[in-house]
Amino acid sequence: MIRKITLSAIAALGLAAVPALAAETGEGHIEDHAFSFEGPFGTYETFELQRGLQIYTEVCAGCHGLRYVPIRTLGDEGGPHLPEDQVRAYAAFYEVEDAETGEFRTAEPNDHFPMSALENAPDLSLMAKARAAFHGPYGTGISQFFRGIGGPEYIRAILTSYTGEEREQAGTIFYENTAFPGGWIAMPPPLIEEGVTYEDGTTASVEQQAEDVAAFLMWAAEPKLNARKETGFVAVLFLILLGVLLYLTNKRIWMPIKKKGIHPAE
Amino acid sequence: MAGIPHDHYEPKTSSESWLYRRLPIVGLLYDTLMIPTPKNLNWMWIWGIVLTFCLLLQIGTGIVLAMHYTPHVDMAFASIEHIMRNVNAGHMIRYAHMNGASLFFFAVYLHIFRGLYYGSYKEPREVTWIIGILIFVLMMGTAFMGYVLPWGQMSFWGATVITGLFGAIPLVGEPIQTLLLGGPAVDNATLNRFFSLHYLLPFVIAALVAVHIWAFHTTGNNNPTGVEVRRDSKEVAEKDTVPFWPYYVLKDLFALAIILAIFFAVVGFMPNYLGHPDNYIEANPLATPAHIVPEWYFLPFYAILRAFTADVWVVIIADFVTGGIVDAKLFGVLAMFGAIVVMALAPWLDTSSVRSGRYRPMFKWWFWLLVVDFVVLMWCGAQPAEPPYSTIALIASTYWFAYFLVILPLLGVMEKPLPRPATIEADFDAHYSETGGTHTAVNPAE
Repeated sequence: MIRKITLSAIAALGLAAVPALAAETGEGHIEDHAFSFEGPFGTYETFELQRGLQIYTEVCAGCHGLRYVPIRTLGDEGGPHLPEDQVRAYAAFYEVEDAETGEFRTAEPNDHFPMSALENAPDLSLMAKARAAFHGPYGTGISQFFRGIGGPEYIRAILTSYTGEEREQAGTIFYENTAFPGGWIAMPPPLIEEGVTYEDGTTASVEQQAEDVAAFLMWAAEPKLNARKETGFVAVLFLILLGVLLYLTNKRIWMPIKKKGIHPAE
Repeated sequence: MAGIPHDHYEPKTSSESWLYRRLPIVGLLYDTLMIPTPKNLNWMWIWGIVLTFCLLLQIGTGIVLAMHYTPHVDMAFASIEHIMRNVNAGHMIRYAHMNGASLFFFAVYLHIFRGLYYGSYKEPREVTWIIGILIFVLMMGTAFMGYVLPWGQMSFWGATVITGLFGAIPLVGEPIQTLLLGGPAVDNATLNRFFSLHYLLPFVIAALVAVHIWAFHTTGNNNPTGVEVRRDSKEVAEKDTVPFWPYYVLKDLFALAIILAIFFAVVGFMPNYLGHPDNYIEANPLATPAHIVPEWYFLPFYAILRAFTADVWVVIIADFVTGGIVDAKLFGVLAMFGAIVVMALAPWLDTSSVRSGRYRPMFKWWFWLLVVDFVVLMWCGAQPAEPPYSTIALIASTYWFAYFLVILPLLGVMEKPLPRPATIEADFDAHYSETGGTHTAVNPAE
């Protein structure tokens, strides 16, 4: 029965082979990228997240915010994992509005990152989950199954896909970006070669910076990814073991019934 | 309770007797658990247990989520992030709840199609079927309102589109829409009443599930042959059945464990695969998303809603005949609800005296075409409403109605069914005498 349903689903997908999706035209071109946290076994790399935090702090934070991310989580395991004194020192970089007094004061680890400084710079807390890089084919979602939804790929592609062309429209300068839907973005190219100096000695190419900050923003959007996958593994393994035991029990208990002529009443 | 003859509960100790005379609850549980069940049920009969589990999972995780969630337009989105980041195991509970809805609908669709194939809706199980459809409708309402609660872009715009449908109903439509929204547009009042109803409806569903089970425990289960259990005596009935406990409890639990292994793989490794990225953007009444797409389990009915546009001839005729009351918008709404109503009427639309599709050579083809049609509709629902998708959706919607309103009534008259086994026992023995390896001759019991 299940095989029949699968077959009919495949048949239906065959019917789906119609001309290209209108919804996909006008969307930018985004390359797949093998991030460390992809796949069932993938986890965040602490040093990459720390480099990404540095890019976020020195470049993105000028305009963008991370309003849903508590600063203390920078010290969490499975995240950038900064020592407690560094988290405290990092928090002191920011000024936040006190919820009780309404006055600005130096941030503490328990505060969240500030909101975006510019009104039209979107908050980045959930950006890595709020964008998709991969669609289709033909609206089926199959490529997302294999490549992931592609939020981090989208961020990485936006940061590396400037062509250098500019144009002015109604007083605003737009920059050509082959990854951005529509092809023109209001954000000037934020990353430059060696624009930051990594403390761990990694060469700060634009690609490296883009990858690091995309990974950091994925962590910001999904801080419990490592823990979630661990729980997933334990649950799946436990259920398979339970399934095997139940299979054997079920087989054993039905055996006399399935032997012709023996009925439970006899 | 009428039904298949079987042993009933007898209190054995004095304390059991004491309770039994005052409240026969142990007897009720015993009779429910030991109910004689056809012994030839196949793997498509496991979805009932999966669905019961889903309801419990959704209520369990939902109660915890409600402890941390804030139903206010300014705080709802942030409170979800609070659950995802600060609540102990909050991310797992929320992802289980999110994907639990998908498992719930996946199981209910297989459960419904199983009923359609094996004729489980036919006499005397019409009431079970109708209650099942009611549960399905309530599930859709509950899931829809639950999806609004995170207050993301798809929550907000989905709510705007779907509540807007009620505005299409003449005269009473707009007051109903206002009542539903608690104002002229989707806002804080909407969020509050959706939260309240999202908490209430699962318990209504739970009550209906009890009635659903009561109904089919009265008639007895259907089975893949569609042949009824013999009820001449307890001894004869026992040749066709096994008690639910332990035989089907263990079989169902085994199936549940496998399905849950897959479920937790999705929750653990790809929890957002079935969702929409736009719902991680906070609701903004000023920015409409490029494509408003409902969750995957609503897509077939969403496709039917959009299929009947103003240039379709039935819509033009309906518009003309009713003097403009039934316009394209209202026609679409009626078609969407009608698609569920025709399903509910299947017991009376199907004229065949043979219950199971296994013995209906022509029916089989039309049934599998309906399954394909359902998948095609689901795919169309996710596409923009423009050619060629609109044409495909129209053809697929037409087939959905044709299956119930034309094909089912005609098949019963035209089709020559295949011979059926005389008893469930005969079917069961025919199946296991080839593979079981043990033959009657070596069986000392006879």
